[in-house]
Amino acid sequence: MSEKEPLFSSKNLKLITDPLNTNNPITVQVLGICSALAITVKLEPAIVMALSVMAVLAVSNVVISLLRKSIPPRIRIIVQLVVIASMVILVDQFLKAFAYDVSKQLSVFVGLIITNCIIMGRLEAFAMANKPWPSFLDAIGNASGYGLILIIVAFFRELLGSGTLFGYPVMEKIGLYNIGYENNGLMILPPMALITIGIIIWVQRSKNRQLIEEK
Amino acid sequence: MKALRDFLDKVKPHFEEGGKLHMFHSTFEAFETLMFVPDKVTTQGSHIRDHIDMKRSMIVVVFALIPATLFGMWNIGHQHFLALGQEVSFWQAFTFGFLKMLPILVVTYVVGLGIEVIFSQLRGHEVNEGFFVSGLLIALIVPVDIPLWMLALAVAFAVIIGKEVFGGTGMNILNPALTARAFLFFSYPAWISGDEVWVAGLKHGLQAVDSFSGATPLAVAAAGKIDQLPSAMQMFIGTVPGSIGETSTVAILLGALLLIYTGIGSWKIMLSALAGGLTMGLLLNLFAANPYMEVPAWEHLIMGGFAFGMVFMATDPVTAAQTETGKWIYGFLTGFLAILIRVLNPAYPEGVMLAILLMNVFAPLIDHYVIEANIKRRLKRAKVTVQ
Repeated sequence: MSEKEPLFSSKNLKLITDPLNTNNPITVQVLGICSALAITVKLEPAIVMALSVMAVLAVSNVVISLLRKSIPPRIRIIVQLVVIASMVILVDQFLKAFAYDVSKQLSVFVGLIITNCIIMGRLEAFAMANKPWPSFLDAIGNASGYGLILIIVAFFRELLGSGTLFGYPVMEKIGLYNIGYENNGLMILPPMALITIGIIIWVQRSKNRQLIEEK
Repeated sequence: MKALRDFLDKVKPHFEEGGKLHMFHSTFEAFETLMFVPDKVTTQGSHIRDHIDMKRSMIVVVFALIPATLFGMWNIGHQHFLALGQEVSFWQAFTFGFLKMLPILVVTYVVGLGIEVIFSQLRGHEVNEGFFVSGLLIALIVPVDIPLWMLALAVAFAVIIGKEVFGGTGMNILNPALTARAFLFFSYPAWISGDEVWVAGLKHGLQAVDSFSGATPLAVAAAGKIDQLPSAMQMFIGTVPGSIGETSTVAILLGALLLIYTGIGSWKIMLSALAGGLTMGLLLNLFAANPYMEVPAWEHLIMGGFAFGMVFMATDPVTAAQTETGKWIYGFLTGFLAILIRVLNPAYPEGVMLAILLMNVFAPLIDHYVIEANIKRRLKRAKVTVQ
């Protein structure tokens, strides 16, 4: 047994900070776009979605990491899916019980967490080869990176599309409607979510030039 | 003119490499080449020299748009005073329309050119002339009462997201003018659809006389009141409500003649779009399940923005198909889809915009298959000669 690594060594911390910026699952790896487009019309569901993904990913990553030595390689995807699916069902039932309204807004997209590429990707690429604690941190980092983008997109879409934030009528209180301002209907439609993410990618890459792919 | 030339020559060194104002080189060059034909020539290799550069070809399109613009200005005034039930002289109507249209033009050009200049400056490119045409087109395809801040936002969206992110003039996938209009249409539908926005003042509480309806021919037809459509002559000349420049088929045809004569607009696209529109119109007549579908096929060509779209937007050399065979297919499908969307989809009263944007997306695919087919045909011929 080698020397014990501290819980928050710089290597472990990188597992959390990398996905927030230089290895962001949405803007750099371009995974999980489907749900990012679908549930970012308002802030509240976006945050609930981000938390749900975090819960599912954290538990599945740790479980798979614990089981990693006993999973036969040929059926590993099935095992991973079973773990994810059980977690998703738990989260779904939890939301239905304690946050029914949001659960209705998210509708089918809670169930679709099962097919979220970020989760499958982390289990396959990280948990299968690492110990539980780094796997846990990796899960938190990636889910935060995903959630961060979701919240940024939802912030702009709710503010410009509905004129509210968490349902609070910001634009009305500032008095913009009186001087002829109107909500932008396009922000509510999915294409604008894609364009917003595109703009975030643009901004990120112009700040961090290493991310630009070579031709 | 001489004084301007001297002045430009005097300040030029400042903008050259090493000069104090070198960072504004693009801006200076844009201004200089706008005023004078550049005398720059290549120093090596052989080039075919021709006076038709992008500036000259763009200016032809601007000339082609002048009849539609002037008519549009007059029609703004004409419709406005018609709604009031007043008889006014030609010049009164024209002046009213001119003053209504001026802010729209100013906002479009200031915002659009401003963004273009900033981007060229940042990237060290030359400022391109593409926006001269796009700007005028945008002004001609919006309703007269569009709030100017919405227009500014739409222009910014079209120039940045529609054009600059793809690399600027010549690299865009979608027609910038139509991108701006689509942005307005989906963002602020209340200001670009319905019966009130097409005539100056109606949306702001102007009381129209009883006999006046601000509905466009398309809206009348979509409502199924075919007997209330304006006469074909009215729609052909353009004395009906609508977007500023789209109403007059005559004025547009004048522009089309100039574009075809100078070879700047593709007659193949225009002709095949006409054929596509007629085909769809005839097909609909064949089924004739509702009053709208019974509108004679030829009448679709003079209603709404069909003529304007097919002459000035579908022929955009950047976003249309590039191959000669591809142009026939592209044009035909554009016209075909425009009428299909217009008649069969009640949510979109005008299908021309969506049809052209959709076909813009497919144009590279059409070109790809045309080129593939050509390669295949020639390979076959090559094999035969080898044997």
